Amino acid sequence: MLTINNLQARIEEKEILKGINLDIKPGEIHAIMGPNGSGKSTLASVLAGRADYQVTGGSVQFNGKDLLELSPEDRAKEGLFLAFQYPVEIPGVSTTNFIKSAVNEKRKYQGLEPLDAAQFLRTMKEKMKLVEIDQSLLSRSLNEGFSGGEKKRNEIFQMAMLEPKLAILDETDSGLDIDALRIVANGVNQLRTKDNAFLIVTHYQRLLDYIVPDFVHVLYNGRIVKSGTKELAFELEEKGYDFIKAEVNEATA
Amino acid sequence: MMDAKIFFNDIYKSQDQPSDLLSAFQQKNWDSFSELDLPSVKHEEWKYTRIKNVFTEALQYNLDKSDFSKEELAKVILPGTSNANTLVFINGIYQSHLSQLTDATEKWTVKSLNDASTDEDAKFVKEHLGCSNVYHTDGINALSGTFAAHGTFIKVKKGKQLSQPIVIYHFSDSRFGFRFSQPRILISIEENATATLIETYHKIGNHQSLTNEVVEVCVEKDAQFRYIKIQNEGVDSNHTGTTQINQLGKSTAHAVTISLSGEIVRNNLNMVMGAEYCESHMYGLYLLGGKSQVDNHTIVDNAMPNCLSNELYKGIMDDSSTGIFNGKIFVRKDAQKTNAYQSNKNILLGQNSSANTKPQLEIFADDVKCSHGCTIGKLDEDALFYLRARGISEQNAKALLLHAFAADILQQIESEELRNYIDSLISERLTLTI
Repeated sequence: MLTINNLQARIEEKEILKGINLDIKPGEIHAIMGPNGSGKSTLASVLAGRADYQVTGGSVQFNGKDLLELSPEDRAKEGLFLAFQYPVEIPGVSTTNFIKSAVNEKRKYQGLEPLDAAQFLRTMKEKMKLVEIDQSLLSRSLNEGFSGGEKKRNEIFQMAMLEPKLAILDETDSGLDIDALRIVANGVNQLRTKDNAFLIVTHYQRLLDYIVPDFVHVLYNGRIVKSGTKELAFELEEKGYDFIKAEVNEATA
Repeated sequence: MMDAKIFFNDIYKSQDQPSDLLSAFQQKNWDSFSELDLPSVKHEEWKYTRIKNVFTEALQYNLDKSDFSKEELAKVILPGTSNANTLVFINGIYQSHLSQLTDATEKWTVKSLNDASTDEDAKFVKEHLGCSNVYHTDGINALSGTFAAHGTFIKVKKGKQLSQPIVIYHFSDSRFGFRFSQPRILISIEENATATLIETYHKIGNHQSLTNEVVEVCVEKDAQFRYIKIQNEGVDSNHTGTTQINQLGKSTAHAVTISLSGEIVRNNLNMVMGAEYCESHMYGLYLLGGKSQVDNHTIVDNAMPNCLSNELYKGIMDDSSTGIFNGKIFVRKDAQKTNAYQSNKNILLGQNSSANTKPQLEIFADDVKCSHGCTIGKLDEDALFYLRARGISEQNAKALLLHAFAADILQQIESEELRNYIDSLISERLTLTI
């Protein structure tokens, strides 16, 4: 589904991704872990198409298309979803109208009829239950005055509404209390099918207690330096990132 | 090029002689105009707005009647106002035969200023006509006063609530050349009366126009006055307008100014809080393209204690357009416990667009709450990316954000139909397609 080959990217003059290789197949959950500043969020942003980052090398294939050639909106319509680490507050834009626009733009792209008001409402009700989000939140301006947990739940709610093929969760767990974490994880687990995939970017192993990954990758200094199964996450939790750093430094010394 | 003084003097002298009261008023204004002349950009209040050239072009001013049919009016009737009290002004002159007064005349009256200056309203006219010249000593206000005799007087009577808004349609007929019009309106909102005034402007014909308008409103104790000014006249229409709202008693005034087009547009809006516990609200939205220049000068004069004023103006400038905001707040020595808030926010879209914003607070009392702030910026890139990352096209994402930016001004328009109409004009301009 997603094939990243030797991806390199920089912001301004700073080289951040220095050759990422990753292959994600339908039905898989991948976790990317790593210390602060290793490039985790950059990877998520580059995949979603944020213009601040400049891709300097490598390629990304997404369902047979050259992802890097697509605009952010076309990536979304092709089925890529980024749950933001810091969802943006947008006063004056109603959450419900925004989601309706997003859903229907995607349907138009897929050659489907737009959902009418009743269909949309029905789908929304169903997905709201999934992430235990309240109607009153959705009639407010997008993320405006939402608590941290509400913002993250709103991200997962949007994910549920848009039914992406690949969802990238950028530190969705950061700043969440245990209840919110459980709700978010529960949402992801229920949305999981054999046809879609998840890339979970996280600093801590905690979220992976709830969402069990098939693969865990450790990103350090712009490269994936170690890959394994969920046991790797436990090892990181136990030993911290220092042992990875030591291993890498030893290998390059 | 003809001299403005000689030109206007000829017309002034050839007018029919009005009432003694108005004759004296006109003479006083003519003397002021002769002395002050038209303001150049050296005049501090006209620093960014080069109005003199427009006036010089306007020297084809005449009071000719236009042949004008009701069909012209039907084309521009604002949604939701078909039953409104509709007043039609052509080239600055009130046309009773084209107007429609739906509220009974026991609630309100409309008549010529000349009539009002000789009947039971003469005392009011004498006291309040020309009250705006206290703040505007720039020749333009005086030029309006010189021709005040063709003005109009409106009174909403004590304790009466108009069930419908008063909608004034100003038409400038420029089919035969540059059209210069000077509507002049004096309004009395008597004690405990309620009224809404909507003004909108239209040009017929392909030549340029200039409308120099003065509206003076007195709001008495316990009265409520709402005012909406809609400017979407076209790229070759110029406007210099002053609306002054004098709150004579404890009252509420609320104004919304929407400017969507025009060549050079100058709006002066003054609210004078002349009694304790007055409340004033001023909102403005200017959404400009091409080479439009819109200049909003506002004055809030807190003369008495315990008053509240709130002001929010927002601008979006595309292409080579210019938005100007100048907001003065006076808090006089006696006006303790004043709350006065002011904010002006601008988004620049066009490479050559610009915004000038200047808050001016002059506070002479020592127990007051006042705030002001202004911003000039671009669209929020993070917000734009967030919307695009959900599959919304760049164009629609921009339009959504701009529309959201404008929304809190639109919300100030009470009538849902009118609000939706202006909303649709804005969406159209922003090419919002979702």
